[in-house]
Amino acid sequence: MSCNSQNCCQSGCYKDTILDDREEVSLALTNAPNEMPFNSVSAGSGRNHPENSVLCVKCKLNESMASTSAEYNTDSDISRFCGNCFRSNLYGKFRLAVSSNALISPSDNVLVAFSGGTSSRVALQFVHEMQLKALKNFEASRDRSLPVFGVGVVFIDERSSLAVPTLEFDKAIEDMKLIVSNIAPPAKKLHVVPTEDIFPLDSIDGRERFKELVDAVHDDTGREDLVKYLRMLSLQKVAQDYGYSKIVLGTCTSRIACHVLEATVKGQGYSLAADIQYVDARWKIPVILPLRDCLSQELNILCNLDSLKTIDAFKGHHSGINALITSFVKLLQAENPSRESTIFRTAGKLTPFRFNRMPEADDLNSKLATQRRQKKYNLKPNESLPPESFCRICNAPLKLSDVKSCNLENGTLSAEVIRDKCCMSCQFQVLPKDTSVLEQFFSLFPQQMEVQTEYNSSSEERLQTLR
Amino acid sequence: MEGEAAAAKPKGRLCVICNQKRAALKRPKTLEQICRECFYAVFEEEIHRVIVDNQLFKPSERVAIGASGGKDSTVLAYVLSELNRRHNYGLDLFLLSVDEGITGYRDDSLETVKRNEIQYGLPLKVVSYKELYGWTMDEIVKLIGMKNNCTFCGVFRRQALDRGAALLKVDKLVTGHNADDIAETVLLNILRGDIARLSRCTSITTGEDGPIPRCKPFKYTYEKEIVMYAYFKKLDYFSTECIYSPNAYRGFAREFIKDLERIRPRAILDIIKSGEDFRISTSTKMPEQGNCERCGYISSQKWCKACVLLEGLNRGLPKLGIGRTRGANHETSKSIKQRNGTTDSIQSKQCGSLDF
Repeated sequence: MSCNSQNCCQSGCYKDTILDDREEVSLALTNAPNEMPFNSVSAGSGRNHPENSVLCVKCKLNESMASTSAEYNTDSDISRFCGNCFRSNLYGKFRLAVSSNALISPSDNVLVAFSGGTSSRVALQFVHEMQLKALKNFEASRDRSLPVFGVGVVFIDERSSLAVPTLEFDKAIEDMKLIVSNIAPPAKKLHVVPTEDIFPLDSIDGRERFKELVDAVHDDTGREDLVKYLRMLSLQKVAQDYGYSKIVLGTCTSRIACHVLEATVKGQGYSLAADIQYVDARWKIPVILPLRDCLSQELNILCNLDSLKTIDAFKGHHSGINALITSFVKLLQAENPSRESTIFRTAGKLTPFRFNRMPEADDLNSKLATQRRQKKYNLKPNESLPPESFCRICNAPLKLSDVKSCNLENGTLSAEVIRDKCCMSCQFQVLPKDTSVLEQFFSLFPQQMEVQTEYNSSSEERLQTLR
Repeated sequence: MEGEAAAAKPKGRLCVICNQKRAALKRPKTLEQICRECFYAVFEEEIHRVIVDNQLFKPSERVAIGASGGKDSTVLAYVLSELNRRHNYGLDLFLLSVDEGITGYRDDSLETVKRNEIQYGLPLKVVSYKELYGWTMDEIVKLIGMKNNCTFCGVFRRQALDRGAALLKVDKLVTGHNADDIAETVLLNILRGDIARLSRCTSITTGEDGPIPRCKPFKYTYEKEIVMYAYFKKLDYFSTECIYSPNAYRGFAREFIKDLERIRPRAILDIIKSGEDFRISTSTKMPEQGNCERCGYISSQKWCKACVLLEGLNRGLPKLGIGRTRGANHETSKSIKQRNGTTDSIQSKQCGSLDF
């Protein structure tokens, strides 16, 4: 701010003049025009704008979003960018997350979980942009050694547990098809899969079974969480059935902040760190969260800015504890706009698990090809840790001291033994208290659950032998 | 869900524990309908288990109970002397009170503690800010106003308790922090991003490396049950909030915990469990502990916080030590936040209780 005085800057201190300009304008000091430097083009143009116009902090050329639209006029830093800079900043966060954690490699076939909400909509958009870029590079490159990763979209149809009229539901799915078909080229396949598909085909009525399973849970919060766990199983199944190698979730900072409190309140402090990393490879198909560093507010703005169509019909309605936490975080956020980020950062300091990084690819070819590109930060191997066991219901890693040691009698598991293999939180809020009903409850569970937990231990071993 | 089950039972139901007497209350922690005697029994037994399982005391130790005259410390003094007798802990118990010098608040609550001294037959030691620091809170507030006065009070109290404990030559200091307090602290530390405090706020004993370790036998005891116990036992306690704590309204976090408890009483214990289970790498660097060059009290800085504050008071610069006046302080950024009033509003535990 060296150039406060009138004629000192002929040229050369471009940056300072504009900074000054911006500050003065923002302080509503525009009625002292002779104080302003007059040889700077952008400063001149700034003066022609309405009184509250502020230049973008990044490019210093365009007006910031706060001044172009009252809609974006919030306290946060977001509004200090212009539309273009905001977009590239947000995309930059996504790209950095992807590149620095090796989330997507050229040989991948990624499945974007699309709920219709803004977060997954942006995830879809960004993955598409990245794919488009990769395609351009591919076509331009001489040896064409790096393939372009494939993208598919999945929507889990939860009408069996949601109270949305069928007509509305069908319309929403039509809209969804339209959205996905518009995000091309490259063309993307949309899978609309009902939740009950997690049950084997020969079961009589999947939807009934699903309903029965969910209704067996008495706790409101527990029921909601169970549906969430089952949703992940659905995603895993679709990904496996159609040959996808990664699942992309639109989980953003704000969602994680809520999850941190939810997990804390439910006594899941130990497993919390597993859920909030870029990579969650405890599943057969690794799950990635490339929007982990974006706030829901930003994602909403982007959808607004770029008129990205979203579908409100399936907007989740939280109940019980989850609802309480959502409103609590909203309250905190209103009181201090950076609160979500603070919660997120606190939980980010917790030690992640071994499976919170990309498993090394077995295929030597893809390895060589991809290694040329990938930068890998934050991947600190920690071999000394003992293998984890996982909750039978929610797949949360279990704390060793919480796991009751049980020996298999006759190779079959009684309901009580399986219960002991569930996390304390699921035991309380999901499983029936009555042991006689317990057997029935487990029999309703999708078969996959067993297989997948078995898989986990073997995949852990596989990981170990690889090194 | 348990609530429904309880409501379904006919009126005039029996206690679910002894099945003999009529249930007199719904236990806040489990929502069980139980009779008064069973409530006393489970309440005391739980605290006994906590003490035994965590080996809080050794026989023939001298233990000071931080007593403010409020419900938590009164119940703690009562239960502890009761358990000491019943289970032969072999402890020498003392009451230790801090007189902040707040007219209309502490003088009244100290009267309560003095009555407790006679009622429970526990020797009482009162240390006052006036004799330790030469200032009463009344005088401090007169000088600095109602803002930031809790900083002085909190810093001084922490040290006053330790000094009082040293005068009593006790081996341990117990405080009446209850499960709600600890759950709240866990949440606040998450909301503030304070990972170091988050990792240690759930430990039942703190300061084991220091001269006088402190422990919290009420770590798993619900505030509601403490109030209930005090009420049914007709214990003599003082229940007014500090006159200098303007935000006597219980902040966001406290309200949130009460809401949670309404939906799921177990949530309080779950939060504590989460707090204990968080995977926090132990390599987080801790401030090196030294001694204050002025008064000899443990301090990570050259001077302890109390001396810094006191110096400010005596030199007529009361803002010294509050916020970012001392540049080398690693808590600078946190203090700035506090100054913006953001942290203040989510804080809740009212002052005047034995907080540290």
